[in-house]
Amino acid sequence: MNKRNFSQGLNFIIIKISVFVVVAFLFFIIFHIFRNGISSISIDFLTKPPTDSMTRGGIFPAIVGTFCLSIGALIVAVPMGIISAIYLSEYTKGGLFLRILRLGIRNLAGIPSIVFGLFGLALFVIKFGFGSSLLSGSLTLGFLILPTIIAATEEALRGIPQDFREASLALGATKVQTIFKVVLPAALSNIVTGILLSVGRVAGETAPIMFTAAAFYKPALPTSVFDEVMALPYHIYTLATEGTHFEQTLPIQYGTCLVLLALVVLMDIAGIWIRLKARKSKKW
Amino acid sequence: MVKIKTTNYNLFYGLKQALFDINMDIYKNKITAIIGPSGCGKSTLLRSFNRMNDLIDGVKAKGDIFIDDKSIYKDWDVVELRRKVGMVFQKPNPFPKSIFDNVIYGPRTSGIKDKRKLNDIMEKSLKQAALWDEVKDILRQSAMSLSGGQQQRLCIARAFAVKPEIILMDEATSSLDPISTAKIEELILELKKDYTIVVVTHSMQQAARMSDYTALLYLGKLIEYDKTEKIFTSPSNEITKNYVTGRFG
Amino acid sequence: MGSSLKEKIYKNIFLIVTAFSLVILFLIALFLFAEALPLFKNVSLIDFLFGKMWYPTMSPHSFGILPLILASFYVSFLSAIISIPLGIAFAVYLSELAPKGIKEVLKPLVELISGFPSVVLGFFGMVVIAPWMTNKLSPFFTETIPNFLSFLHLSYLSNFFANNLYIDVGLNITSASIMLAFITIPTIASLSEDALYLVPRTYKEASLSLGATKWETIKKIVLPAASSGIATAVMLGVSRAMGETMIVLMTCGGASMIPVRPFDPARPLPAAIAAEMGEAPYHSLHYEALFGIGAVLFILTLIFNILSDIARTQGEKKMKGKSV
Repeated sequence: MNKRNFSQGLNFIIIKISVFVVVAFLFFIIFHIFRNGISSISIDFLTKPPTDSMTRGGIFPAIVGTFCLSIGALIVAVPMGIISAIYLSEYTKGGLFLRILRLGIRNLAGIPSIVFGLFGLALFVIKFGFGSSLLSGSLTLGFLILPTIIAATEEALRGIPQDFREASLALGATKVQTIFKVVLPAALSNIVTGILLSVGRVAGETAPIMFTAAAFYKPALPTSVFDEVMALPYHIYTLATEGTHFEQTLPIQYGTCLVLLALVVLMDIAGIWIRLKARKSKKW
Repeated sequence: MVKIKTTNYNLFYGLKQALFDINMDIYKNKITAIIGPSGCGKSTLLRSFNRMNDLIDGVKAKGDIFIDDKSIYKDWDVVELRRKVGMVFQKPNPFPKSIFDNVIYGPRTSGIKDKRKLNDIMEKSLKQAALWDEVKDILRQSAMSLSGGQQQRLCIARAFAVKPEIILMDEATSSLDPISTAKIEELILELKKDYTIVVVTHSMQQAARMSDYTALLYLGKLIEYDKTEKIFTSPSNEITKNYVTGRFG
Repeated sequence: MGSSLKEKIYKNIFLIVTAFSLVILFLIALFLFAEALPLFKNVSLIDFLFGKMWYPTMSPHSFGILPLILASFYVSFLSAIISIPLGIAFAVYLSELAPKGIKEVLKPLVELISGFPSVVLGFFGMVVIAPWMTNKLSPFFTETIPNFLSFLHLSYLSNFFANNLYIDVGLNITSASIMLAFITIPTIASLSEDALYLVPRTYKEASLSLGATKWETIKKIVLPAASSGIATAVMLGVSRAMGETMIVLMTCGGASMIPVRPFDPARPLPAAIAAEMGEAPYHSLHYEALFGIGAVLFILTLIFNILSDIARTQGEKKMKGKSV
């Protein structure tokens, strides 16, 4: 008996240490970035363009670029994603075809983001002739998160009890009215959570925009969707891997990391918080 | 006067037949109860009257049902039909919206925008459902905050608000406490003069207390359909006799 | 019947939008292959997949991606060795051991890790892990341990350490694997936790009531019952590690030779695409070869995704069989 209790205790300690290691590593990264990045953060850093071949100055164009790319990706992915999810969950009847379709969507969500980058390069940049631009980048990022948004929305819709749909239809509402007035509002907070988590992902993505949108150095703000833009993640990458001024730009790199991290974490926390609130007030 | 008429009505879930040759006349301004052991098809029959079974995959119907002498499949637009035929479900199912928005959901979707008119409908419906006094000060609160009995009466009010002529109740009191049940039964008796009411119930006492006509369904077949008094005192069918005396089911 | 016409119009609009988005998504695969295809007029598929030399810009050039494929497998494997035990332990803790309050904090943290920008992790690997490897870990392997072993008169072992475990580049397979493990742990942990959660409580109760300890119940009942769900999680984790770009681009060192030691630098598939696409002229052989790499990467991750789906369906079948 003692030996069994000892074995249990030992294994539980190993498990707890594992958890601790992961969480500690997370906080170490956050702490490290914060400690080294916070001294770079200033109003000028956030609102001025880079100067002196990017060894000084701020990151304003990259912030604007990331913001524009995220919005652009949402404009592409959210309406299409929600409508596709509505169609799949409310209009299709089960069956083999739908199962294969869902499997396909799930697998598309697992395609590496660099592959989406290649796709965007071949289709939007070259074939459609959009060049490396805000438009190409937004489209690429939009299609990158489209499967995730479809899956998250479908799950949110399927979480709405059938009772609501029946009650609405029995009152003489049409199917479209039922979807827009009952089902979507009830699923809204979970859909919003899915969208916010996707924004966090889009803002932090580098690989898909490397050859579809991101500019190494472009202090002027974009004036049209055909402009190349700077972006926070790409800015980190270029400064960190550019051999000549690595040491000199290290504070800027840390500062940019901190800004990007704060942005992404904020989106994630907002999303998680909305879901938590919805779950607590939910009574069905 | 006949309000609903079914002619050789059969219903299939895929390959499985759920209703067999139902022929039945349901009379205007009467309460008709449908009873039978669970799984006998009584809810299925009820849900046929407003074509709610259409929502289930693989459902096929043969034969026809007439409401006001018009076929529900050929002559009625399904949306119009469902406005004419209100339904109250087994489990209270208010929307996660305010009490006010729940009641005026039907009129609003049918295109009424006038605020005063909506207010009138709301007040009248809640009064009809005997809920007005309890909720008149909290109309903007979520319907989810009401008790189960109140929620069910809200669902009844919501059904009234579309001004139906027929009300279908699918074991509408089965999930409620006795006091709420009594309130709703009282309400149903009150409503009889304006509406045609069809209730499905598993409680024979409820059927006997409230209804004018009673139908017994067994394994998807209509076994006996007659005045309630006759069914409970001198049934002509052996199965009915066994069922109402509680010998099975 | 105006309303039913409107319904039909809506339905068809929905259908068109859905079809459009799905078609574009499926086009992705098509495009990869279409752009890569012309390469095989000049390079045979066998030479491409199994050639040992990746010299895309030299003349004569050589487009063998075996070193890149092996590098991808190497980092995925090494990161899986770290992430699988940690991820499963995390899941067991969440589903079986954690008090409710801690659980409510930890679960969002897992989501936070999974949403971490990979470029930040790559950066962290460059500025923290890599210097630590060369400055701390390397002397430890090549001096401290060998000295200790010589002291014990184990000179063979001592020489082995000194000669093999030196780390002269901090940006190497191990650095990349550590960061990759970190980003795949959330996938493994949260999906495994879902699987553990689905194990019926009656199983646990039966085991406990027979006098098994909690740990014995977890080890002998809960984990086996959730095994296919955990397999699903692991496969998706490996797939994610294999496709992750920024971490391997920034921390793996980039040498396109066949990797041997865990401290060798290497160039996994996604890193090759990301590093070279900027310099490959449009529709040159190099450009086509990079799309070819994309196609290989697509197929590899797809295989792992499909394996995970198979594990999932197996698990669903098993659960159904048992509950009846």
